Amino acid sequence: MSQSYNRGLIEDFSRWREFEAGMWAWIFHKFTGWVLIGYLFTHIAVLSTAIPASGAETAVLQAGNDVYTQTIVSLEGLLLVRVLEVGLLAVAVFHMLNGARLLLVDLGVGLESQDKSFYASLVLTGAITVASVPTFIAGAF
Amino acid sequence: MSTQIPKQTENAEETASETETEAPSKGDERRAEKRRRADERRRQREAEEAERAAADENTVELRVFRYDPDVEGKQEPRFDTFHVPFTKGMTVLDALMYARDTYDSSLTFRHSCRQAVCGSDAMFVNGGQKLACKTQIDELEEPIRVEPLPHAEVTKDLVVDMEHFYDQMEAVEPYFQTNEYPDGELEEQRQTRENREKVKMSTRCIWCAACMSSCNIAAGDNEYLGPAAINKAYRFAMDEREGEDLKQKRLEIIEQEHGVWRCQTQFSCTEVCPKDIPLTEHIQELKREAVKNNLKFW
Repeated sequence: MSQSYNRGLIEDFSRWREFEAGMWAWIFHKFTGWVLIGYLFTHIAVLSTAIPASGAETAVLQAGNDVYTQTIVSLEGLLLVRVLEVGLLAVAVFHMLNGARLLLVDLGVGLESQDKSFYASLVLTGAITVASVPTFIAGAF
Repeated sequence: MSTQIPKQTENAEETASETETEAPSKGDERRAEKRRRADERRRQREAEEAERAAADENTVELRVFRYDPDVEGKQEPRFDTFHVPFTKGMTVLDALMYARDTYDSSLTFRHSCRQAVCGSDAMFVNGGQKLACKTQIDELEEPIRVEPLPHAEVTKDLVVDMEHFYDQMEAVEPYFQTNEYPDGELEEQRQTRENREKVKMSTRCIWCAACMSSCNIAAGDNEYLGPAAINKAYRFAMDEREGEDLKQKRLEIIEQEHGVWRCQTQFSCTEVCPKDIPLTEHIQELKREAVKNNLKFW
């Protein structure tokens, strides 16, 4: 369906103020999915430092002087990394909960309350994220 | 001979107009003057009407999308504001009709039955696909923005080209087919009550294209059948009277690349459907049917 006039992005994405729950769920699910994929690559990069570290002497490992431990310690020392970890948890939790919601949708269970289950997954994500803050931020300041 | 006379005068007129193109006749001048004055009067009346309506407390403000590719000066899309006196129970369609009849007879939109049966007046009202005839004015925030359906080509004002939508509907063969006939020649093809209940909601579709317009996926993928067509396919695929062979055929249509699998369960179609058809539910059920149909446990 071509357009004989241009309503710009509004045309492509409807109007975000008018989005219903299902649409927001879809957008958040896409967004969190891409964030998790991005995280996966950095995760692999960080874990890969364990490969050279595995060749190190036992004494070096016990002293925590190997490249893997050093990488982890220096990363965890950064405040930005600590804050990002909270964000990562929020993203992962939402993706999991909404994934469970989508599973129910695919099974045709409770489709008439799909909006409520979206709000529930949002609230639960918020609660879990807030509860995780002390664990992630402890000793960062 | 008499039949020749009008032709002769016509010829005479033609030659006369050819020679005197520079000087219009007295009659032409008089007619032009009359037209001009009538125009003026009409414009004045409309202006007065609009002023009165704008001053009146109990009016609704309508901002209507206008576009006319045939008239120079109207090719640039714009919004016109109309002040319509509110009456109890007024719908968006009522307001549009008042605006057309009172202020601007060139305001173009489709409507027919005015009671949510024909499905001609689906529009984009305040950012949502609605049937204008069943959308109450007092439930909307003012000013009310009325636009043609998104993701469709605008023909004029609020009228969009529905051809693509109809093509998608035709693609699923939206009519009853069967090769399992009852024994007697005059026997009826009976449907069980349970089966009727199952397809009941899906039969309510009025082909208004609100769902198609709301669907993000259909907007980006012209080949995607879209919610309305898949719902139509559901209506017949779930009808037990069609028999196993036809069900296979229908599943083959809907499980194609641009069939049910494009649906990403945004629920937009279900939200906008003026007949409250659970479209997403039907699409999901057809997905499960398609999986069951192709899964084999050797």
